[in-house]
Amino acid sequence: MKNLKPIFLFVVVILALNLNAQSNAGLKLPEGFKATLFADTIGSARHIAVTKSGVVFAKLMYPNKAGKSIIRLEDANKDGIADKINGWANYGGTGIFVKGKDLYATSDNDVYLYQLNDNDEVVNPSSPKTIVKGLIAKNQHASKSITLDGDNNVYVNIGAYSNACQEKDRTAGSKGMMPCPILDSAGGIWKFSGTKENQVYGDGKRYATGLRNVVGLDWNTQSNSLFVMQHGRDQLNSFYPTLYNDAQNAELPAETMYELHEGDNAGWPYVYFDPYQKKKILAPEYGGDGKKEGGENALNPTVFFPAHMAPNGLLFYTGDQFPAKYKNGAFIAFHGSWNRAPLPQEGYFVAFVPFKNGKPNGEWEIFANGFSGLADGEKVTNVRKVKSRPCGLAQGPDGSLYVSDDARGSIFKISYAK
Amino acid sequence: MAKQLPILFLSVLFFTVSVNAQDLVKGKKIYETRCLACHQADGGGVPNMNAPLDGSSNVVGNNIARLVKIIKGGYSEKIALDGYYYNNVMTANPDLKEEDIANVLSYVRTSWSNKASKVTVAQVQAAQRKK
Ligand code: HEC
Repeated sequence: MKNLKPIFLFVVVILALNLNAQSNAGLKLPEGFKATLFADTIGSARHIAVTKSGVVFAKLMYPNKAGKSIIRLEDANKDGIADKINGWANYGGTGIFVKGKDLYATSDNDVYLYQLNDNDEVVNPSSPKTIVKGLIAKNQHASKSITLDGDNNVYVNIGAYSNACQEKDRTAGSKGMMPCPILDSAGGIWKFSGTKENQVYGDGKRYATGLRNVVGLDWNTQSNSLFVMQHGRDQLNSFYPTLYNDAQNAELPAETMYELHEGDNAGWPYVYFDPYQKKKILAPEYGGDGKKEGGENALNPTVFFPAHMAPNGLLFYTGDQFPAKYKNGAFIAFHGSWNRAPLPQEGYFVAFVPFKNGKPNGEWEIFANGFSGLADGEKVTNVRKVKSRPCGLAQGPDGSLYVSDDARGSIFKISYAK
Repeated sequence: MAKQLPILFLSVLFFTVSVNAQDLVKGKKIYETRCLACHQADGGGVPNMNAPLDGSSNVVGNNIARLVKIIKGGYSEKIALDGYYYNNVMTANPDLKEEDIANVLSYVRTSWSNKASKVTVAQVQAAQRKK
């Protein structure tokens, strides 16, 4: 027994060190904020939604080990860590959205509607209503993200199944198709009724086009309009090495936020947004040389960010818990890049943009960092080794911010202590 | 003559080694220009997006014909690879010569933690005859 003492001490020290390293769940946050690891290893958590009572729902990209793809998480003892976790459904997907007792979830083809009871438990786990069906999902940008406006319309991203609408996708020398036929059924945001069942393409309308792939989107209640984050195109250096070197590819094009109104066009695949020239530049697949401008009728971004960081979550903060500067501003979850290689990768953080009256009001900044698990200032070069990749965002009834991660399968809860 | 034998032997050995080294250097160059963007410098790929080549049972496996077909024609079958799925579409390389394919496959099969045999031009040719 006596010689167990050192071991015991050792274990205590290790535990203490561990807890210490895990303060704020390993995240780096602005002064006054704290974070808890609300849940861990639940599966590939994409988007998340929180009910008025604080129950969290996560949509998984693939069913987890238990074969479930929608996870319900409840923190009954209110310690910031989910203590009641269960799930249902067996289809992968990204989108989830809750409105009152209506819970919407998506597969890569369909939008489903579940009913919640007074305890925010699902009433019809195996028999949801099918709201929209038969949306295009090919091998790329297949995930469907959703949000609703104040009138029960659901906005669905249908990503382009292509990088730059070449005749042969991602192939050097292959020209861009003119006009790009993908835009008829993808590469935009479609609007459907959130209450009608069994809608197909013809029942909805193409709300906005020229968007390569949107994952993060949110309805802004101040401007009463839809905002989306586009994933910019890849691989300018792979296909046009004489026009773009590795360093230029790493910074081109910008990741862009757009405010959308019906009929808008953001310009993909014909143009991309260059963050240095601050212009819409003609894509090389369509005769561009890195300088020629194009897209006269296409939108300019509302805000733009460094290239390839993959904005997967967008949330306008309407809570009262965070300091005043955050009110109505935009949080963006950047999943983190891969197409900056061979240069170091970027992203893997949650950014913030202040907004006033539905318009950006100041520069963007990093809000929460440290998801990658690397030391401060260390850049990601091995994407496979990254610990957590921010993906979805949701606001709790108390004004806390939840961030999901589809790499390790965790959910972080970020709060402000006055 | 007997005296010259070791020298002959040594130069043959040297020749073999340098030819092999050359394969991998060329293979690495092709990897960097055509594969690294997606499969990354560490061969680890991008989870859910681009399959890893480092540690992949298919990459170090015996089905060379499948690997040749993937390099030439691109790949997007969305079947589980070592239990995981990948959402990107792999570019075709119809312009790569048999020697280039042998070189790049040799590179990926012997790099990082991969310790499989190199791929010869004859194997690439045999694979293409199979179709
Ligand atoms: C545009 C991105 C991209 C590029 C460039 C690319 N690949 Fe791939 N590769 C992929 C994706 C994505 C998959 C998996 C596709 C799937 O599962 O449907 C894959 C799969 C593979 C596989 C099969 C792996 C397995 O476990 O079966 C091999 C081998 C491979 N790639 C080798 C290469 C080589 C060699 C090159 C360069 C000549 C290359 N790839 C270029 C994206 C890419």
